[in-house]
Amino acid sequence: MTPILLNTGDLVLAGGLIVGCVVLSLVLSLGIHRTLIVAAVRMAVQLMLTGSVLLFVFGRSSIWLTLLVLAFMFSAATFEVGSRQVARLTPAWHFGIGGFSTAAGTIIVVLVGLLTALQPHPWYQARTAIPMTGLLLGNVMNATSLSMNTLLSMISRERAAIEARLILGATRAEAMNSLIRQSIRTALIPTLNQMAAAGVITLPGIMTGQILAGMNPLEASKYQIVLMSLIVSGNMIGATLSAVLTATRLSDARGRLRLDHLST
Amino acid sequence: MDPVSVIEGRSVSSSGDVLSRGLSVRALRNAHAGPFAFDVPPGTCLVITGTSGAGKSVLLRMVADLDPHQGDVALDGCFCSAMPAHRWRRQVVYLPAEPGWWSDSVLDHMPDDALTRDLMAQAGLRAGVLNDPVHRLSTGERQRLALIRALRLAPRVLLMDEPCSALDEGTTLMVEAMMRAAMAGGTAIVLVSHDPTQAMRMADLRRELVHGHFVGAAS
Repeated sequence: MTPILLNTGDLVLAGGLIVGCVVLSLVLSLGIHRTLIVAAVRMAVQLMLTGSVLLFVFGRSSIWLTLLVLAFMFSAATFEVGSRQVARLTPAWHFGIGGFSTAAGTIIVVLVGLLTALQPHPWYQARTAIPMTGLLLGNVMNATSLSMNTLLSMISRERAAIEARLILGATRAEAMNSLIRQSIRTALIPTLNQMAAAGVITLPGIMTGQILAGMNPLEASKYQIVLMSLIVSGNMIGATLSAVLTATRLSDARGRLRLDHLST
Repeated sequence: MDPVSVIEGRSVSSSGDVLSRGLSVRALRNAHAGPFAFDVPPGTCLVITGTSGAGKSVLLRMVADLDPHQGDVALDGCFCSAMPAHRWRRQVVYLPAEPGWWSDSVLDHMPDDALTRDLMAQAGLRAGVLNDPVHRLSTGERQRLALIRALRLAPRVLLMDEPCSALDEGTTLMVEAMMRAAMAGGTAIVLVSHDPTQAMRMADLRRELVHGHFVGAAS
């Protein structure tokens, strides 16, 4: 299991590829050269910084340091999960529901993973806990934000249809059920695609990484299966929680549709 | 909100006694309209007139408990705030000027049975509308189907917002006949109308709404 290490020359080559893309953008007047340079520099700086921080944290084996890193990751996810919706709740609720659903979905499956399948010693060992959380957090965040986005835009668009059910005596749950289900389904489509394509169309990231790092491909597959199951469960929890909470926030105890709870 | 207590089935509100049969609105208001207080006995029709934006729809929505409000409404002596909202709305049915549809198939909104067919005949609707997609129906057809959808619930109160705005005169009279049939069965109707002749034909009681308040005396 000897990983192939990259040297400075390899990184220069990667940089060269980016420069090639920039040149191509200029030649074809795609107008994305600026964005490309910024994104590339950002990516490089972020990743080197992360690598250094992780190197430092792994060396300490302190639960507090691990928790600090995780807290930072969750805060960033909370910000990102609510960032790109067109229809939004008022800020506190928007980020509150997004952040809570993402965190709940992630924490539950991370704990399941750490306490059952992976069982590192100690269980909070940074070398396992941090990359696991990162992997799941990113996925759950996507599902949660998709679910919220779908539901928020559907509810603001389908106001008349929802009220048509309410005025005929439906409870708020009955009136919004189909929209909630649709949001959860939409949120899970990318994950389902990923699962269907796994191994046939694409080699999933974790498996690729493990194989490149020298692991036996069959062992890497097992890893991927467990992690994929954790991902889909976390996504399901995050998407369901955010849809139900968003629907609850957009209605009240008297079963009214409260679009005044959307931010204008 | 008014303190409400229910003593042996008789409801007493601080804002005065309410009808033991029929609809009683007491101190109903929000930031833009009211306070409103009026009674509509069973089998009668209150017609509300007023310019656009005077608060007529807001009033109907508050009576149906679809918008947040202060004050309360009682039906047959039972207060809205004292029962689950969906039970209230099943009896006090609001018909918006532009009815909503939760699917494109009319049959998802009402079954094709004898009652529906009977009401359709009374409303002058051709039998084919049940199988047409909702988006291809005319505004007038949708208005009458929404009325049928509501009448199927046998509501105690109908809150109608311009129910005939898209109908010709003959069809308007047919819909009015349906309203009278419901009233004969004990349904109370609150009708918002821009049509003075319709107001004349239907009104047992009349109120005019200006800038969120009733003006003049009840007539």
